[in-house]
Amino acid sequence: MKKDIIYTLKAPYRDDFQIHGYRFGKGEQAACIIGPMRGNEVQQLYVCSQVICKLAELEEKGAIAHNKEILVIPCVNHYSINIGKRFWPSDNTDINRMFPGYEYGETTQRIAAGLFNRVKDYTYGIQFASFYMQGEFIPHVRMMDTGHQNPSLANLFGLPYVVIRKPEPYDTTTLNYNWQLWNANAFSLYTAATDRIDLESASQAVAGVLRFLTRMGMVKYQGHSGYIASVIQEEELVTVNTQEAGIFRAVKNTNEEVKVGDVLAEILHPYEGYVKMQILSPVDGIVFFAYNEPLVMENTVIFKILAKLHK
Amino acid sequence: MIKTVVASALPVDEVLHIKKHRMEPISMSGENKRLCIVTGIHGDELEGQYVCYEMIKRINAHKENLKGIVDVYPALNPLGLDTITRGIPKFDLDMNRIFPGNENGSMVEYIASKIIDDITGADLCIDIHSSNIYLKEIPQVRISEESAPQLIPLALKLNVDFIWVHSSITVLESTLAHTLNMLKVPTLALEMGVGMRITRDYCEQVVNGIFHLMKDQGIWEGETTEVRAPIISTDGKVHFINAEASGIFVPAIQHWKEIKIGQHMGDIIDPLTGCVIQSIDSPCDGAVFTLREYPVVYEGSLIARILGGDCI
Ligand SMILES: [Zn+2]
Repeated sequence: MKKDIIYTLKAPYRDDFQIHGYRFGKGEQAACIIGPMRGNEVQQLYVCSQVICKLAELEEKGAIAHNKEILVIPCVNHYSINIGKRFWPSDNTDINRMFPGYEYGETTQRIAAGLFNRVKDYTYGIQFASFYMQGEFIPHVRMMDTGHQNPSLANLFGLPYVVIRKPEPYDTTTLNYNWQLWNANAFSLYTAATDRIDLESASQAVAGVLRFLTRMGMVKYQGHSGYIASVIQEEELVTVNTQEAGIFRAVKNTNEEVKVGDVLAEILHPYEGYVKMQILSPVDGIVFFAYNEPLVMENTVIFKILAKLHK
Repeated sequence: MIKTVVASALPVDEVLHIKKHRMEPISMSGENKRLCIVTGIHGDELEGQYVCYEMIKRINAHKENLKGIVDVYPALNPLGLDTITRGIPKFDLDMNRIFPGNENGSMVEYIASKIIDDITGADLCIDIHSSNIYLKEIPQVRISEESAPQLIPLALKLNVDFIWVHSSITVLESTLAHTLNMLKVPTLALEMGVGMRITRDYCEQVVNGIFHLMKDQGIWEGETTEVRAPIISTDGKVHFINAEASGIFVPAIQHWKEIKIGQHMGDIIDPLTGCVIQSIDSPCDGAVFTLREYPVVYEGSLIARILGGDCI
């Protein structure tokens, strides 16, 4: 294991901002794994730390393939993590909306450029990401539909689902999108949590990464063979919105099977406690995404259901 | 008359309303043009608040001169304005990156789609921004290359100092102005002043410009003032100056003044050591149309934009 400094920035009042990289093996730039870019992505930090721990063990045993280099960047934004803000502390910009970056531009454009220049030439790019809506997912691999994506590779993680997303204009400045434009195979891994540690889905993600690295011939590791993934287009997911606001009480959670008409959640009057509205499932299927906050606004996406699929 | 464009309930005992003030001519001909003045997408930008007030006040004082419909939307992001938050509280994306919205999406996407529905069909729209808390801007209209031929003639009437024709980039396709322009509502994105402040001179200048444009479009018949001739420029003539050190920026120049190549623009200082960390000189002759207002800077923070000639 070799430690590199990927990027350094001086702050007016804080310790220098540094992005660290951990390199395993040497030779061709095979895979790059990147952790949190936002200050609440604690699960992503945990997952990356566990990947580094495992790879260090494997390297010790000589289980990293000859002429393959794996780079893990466990954290891109500890500045925000340390002060409890999601975005860049001084100007509230999102590093994951700054790619491919610009080395003469604004601070977070420079960070993005510094990072991207270091990681763009790897064959495989894996990012632990979080979604712009509050809630939990079934662990899955996400790819952008850029015309360059290869879902059969995403299958090799052995996670149960692969989701293909049609990019919106605001997606074109993410790392995943730009990695693919640069001809890397880019995958974003989503687990069940962001701002708390979920041990079960974290170990699923770590196992998924090791499985992928093994199947691509980068490491030798004996693990469970995982799932054969269902590949789904994001727009196939049936979205359920709220028509009322109040206290949100979930009845169904992610990965549960539901029938049309089943109660998914209840919205309670915040003062009087009665059920203002029951949210019913519009389809048979599996809960893929579930909102997870105690209070809810009107017109919030609270569930995404994968229709007509049984567990 | 004041109307609610869209409403959406918040969790506890409160409804979010986006409101507009509609002013109509005393007698409608059936062929009256409609102008929309919108502002407050970014909750830390306040210059547009004074513009809305002044527009309504002046129109109501001479209602007989109004020949078209004017819809004023002072607060597209009321929660942001009310809480000194640039974005929408509890939402990740910049509100000006989610248009045209989605009726079945999240609350913010839903609201965005209803705003677009309400403005669609108007003959003209002006979207007023005021930079952010970090930078001060002279009154300017920003236009993408693709809409320049249609929008420059309108922008020339607005009494601004500068029209910036910038290259089109994908991420800006989801702004309110771009979305409306694609929906055949000619929309001018106006920037002026600085976040969290009212610069009254700039507001008055722009209000005079809006009346001039309204008169040109047959929406207003009263007297209007002469407008200034703005400089029109493309990206090539705009020079960016970013901080190369982190510290406190202290300017040595004034905003929107001529500057000479090599002239001292300011210093980035370190309050702990008492040293100048970076001394900044101008790389070109020109005029500073954007100037850093907020003193704390990081490497990369924008210090100034100069509209000028060849740079070194
Ligand atoms: Zn703005």
